[in-house]
Amino acid sequence: MPDVKEITIDKEIDARGSFCPGPLMELIRGMKALQVGGVLAVLSSDPGSAKDIPAWIQKAKHEFIGVFPEQGYNRFVARKTH
Amino acid sequence: MEDRMSIIVFSGTVDKLMAASILATGGAAMGLEVEVFLTTWGLEAFRKDGYKTNMKVSKDFEEYGPVMMEQMMAKKVPSWMENFKSAIEVGDVKIYACSMTMELFDMKLADLEPIVTDVTGVATFVERAKEGRFTLFI
Repeated sequence: MPDVKEITIDKEIDARGSFCPGPLMELIRGMKALQVGGVLAVLSSDPGSAKDIPAWIQKAKHEFIGVFPEQGYNRFVARKTH
Repeated sequence: MEDRMSIIVFSGTVDKLMAASILATGGAAMGLEVEVFLTTWGLEAFRKDGYKTNMKVSKDFEEYGPVMMEQMMAKKVPSWMENFKSAIEVGDVKIYACSMTMELFDMKLADLEPIVTDVTGVATFVERAKEGRFTLFI
């Protein structure tokens, strides 16, 4: 997994404090609005996101760049591929 | 077989409506077609603006009701109605009202929340659910 500092993030959505499936919904909305090739980050403190977000990205066939743990939350980073 | 999940919502208490709405959202997010069949108390809960004052919880967990409502408000948990709306926004979700309940409660489609798009009979719902992946009764 690359260092998060080396990734250019086009848009970051703060979904901390939002409950399952809130952060996933934010990610889906964010992906819809993003241009193809763009990189989206979503911040989530919901433990469900750790499995739900990568599962959705795989299902939707986007590129999952990684999950980067921060203090009390995770930063999920993905690239829109189509 | 079609990639569809079917949900029969019979209950009209907030705890169960919450579970149904989150499952519908998950299904929609994962690209399943979602069909919701509202019957009896589940349909009653979809009367226009009814969700705003509905504070009912399951009888067997009644004592948790006030605490649950308090926590949901304090943690700004979206209402079950908001969840159904986001499910519709991200996926293919249809919400049907049971024709028999409509008749029993003297309801018209116009009396219901606008996210309820059509009235259907049980036979039609079952026929479609048969072709889907799984069906939940809540």
